[in-house]
Amino acid sequence: MDRILDPVAAIGRAVIALLRGTGAIALFAAEAISHLVRPPFYGRLFLKAFIEIAWFSLPVVALTAVFTGMVLALQSYTGFARFNAEGAVANVVVLSITRELGPVLAGLMVAGRIGAAFAAEIGTMRVTDQIDALSTLSTNPMKYLVAPRLLAGTLALPLLVIVADTLGVMGGWLIGTQQLGFGSGAYLKATFDFLQVADVVSGLIKAAVFGFVIALMGCWSGYHSGGGAQGVGRATTSAVVASSILILALDYVLTAVLFSR
Amino acid sequence: MSQDTPKIRLKGLRKAFGPKQVLDGVDLDIRAGHSMVILGGSGSGKSVTLKCILGLIPPDEGLIEIDGRDVSRLSRAEREAVNDRIGMLFQNGALFDSLPVWENVCFKLLAQRRISRAKARDKAAEVLAQVGLASSVGDLSPAELSGGMQKRVGLARAIAAEPDIIFFDEPTTGLDPIMGAVIDGLIVDCVKRLGATAVSITHDMASARRIGDDAAMIHRGQIIWRGAAASLGETGNAMVDQFARGEREGPIQMELRK
Repeated sequence: MDRILDPVAAIGRAVIALLRGTGAIALFAAEAISHLVRPPFYGRLFLKAFIEIAWFSLPVVALTAVFTGMVLALQSYTGFARFNAEGAVANVVVLSITRELGPVLAGLMVAGRIGAAFAAEIGTMRVTDQIDALSTLSTNPMKYLVAPRLLAGTLALPLLVIVADTLGVMGGWLIGTQQLGFGSGAYLKATFDFLQVADVVSGLIKAAVFGFVIALMGCWSGYHSGGGAQGVGRATTSAVVASSILILALDYVLTAVLFSR
Repeated sequence: MSQDTPKIRLKGLRKAFGPKQVLDGVDLDIRAGHSMVILGGSGSGKSVTLKCILGLIPPDEGLIEIDGRDVSRLSRAEREAVNDRIGMLFQNGALFDSLPVWENVCFKLLAQRRISRAKARDKAAEVLAQVGLASSVGDLSPAELSGGMQKRVGLARAIAAEPDIIFFDEPTTGLDPIMGAVIDGLIVDCVKRLGATAVSITHDMASARRIGDDAAMIHRGQIIWRGAAASLGETGNAMVDQFARGEREGPIQMELRK
């Protein structure tokens, strides 16, 4: 009988652990958010995190967006040529970039850079007693370390996505005009005629959610790391993996909600 | 607060991590204006005792009083108010490596907006001088400092807000004997100048005699002796004397796997 029940018990344990972990992360996020509306505010730390995310992630996000736009133009041209629908290339590029690829790829790039950096920095502070030191210096570590990073992540990623959207479309335009034989004006007209405000806004909403999730998972993993250098390494890996999976899962949820009509 | 009320009182303090009972009913009074040294081997519970007093770990049972007020189950905001009067020197310094030394030293004053950033630089130079460091050290990053300098900066940070209780966690660990004596001297000077109550945990006997007025020994989560720090080594308690002399044979047996 035990043999039969063992797998069931294991599944039960995993579900309980998942629910417990989700609840703990939700409480962690709620506490951090509550500090955003209660003084003192650490504007300098917010600005530092914002620059770290928005400015220093710009090159990697920009390169990703340009090449994605270029590849998208090439691939959609090849596919549409089979149905004599090559004229839809500009429409497909702008729609795919603004609705999906801009926020998702920027999110994944930032998850690799910033999620790992936050987890490593806060994790190192944990294992070297710096977080305990904050408490003894009458400073709430959640307010000082977590709240400014969450706000910075939520506000910075939409800005990066605006850049990614622009450069992604330009990447498509470059290939369309230089390689596929579209006229520059016609390509851009097709792009802007087809684009709706809701396409861009939905991408920016996704970006804000992804930015929040990346910062949250980075801070959570670092804050709860332990076991010296190995623990910090584990926290860094877990921050990147968890935020990447959450970005992809939330992308589906948000798409289903935002485009349900 | 009456004259007889101890500055810090621990009563029946218990704390377990899983099946391991780390603190098993710690009772200890620490007199105001005195320097108490808590001795004990590795894993004896001295660091956990300190973290409980500081509010970093909640005890399972027992009472922690500061100036007659139970501080063991305060909200975070109330705890922060208590910590306003406390300074702490961590074993490894625990300096914030993202900040220059001067911001580390004046961290509490800056975080609480008690001082402007311009004035904090002057204040940091003044406090650094008290621990024997030049004001130019203020512009360095903690990573650029030697172990001894990091301890001094940690000490400067602990005293900058002029606390009335200061905790020292293994203040001389990792330092050579001369630097250890220098740090002990600075600790004694700073504590006397502030008129503060000091609580140190250490297993360095020379350091314990230099910085302590009173001493207590913790073993297996209980205080097994307390007395004058000067009497260490000749207390008449076989466990304390074995520990103080660093003798292999005696009532304290190390748990070694054969």
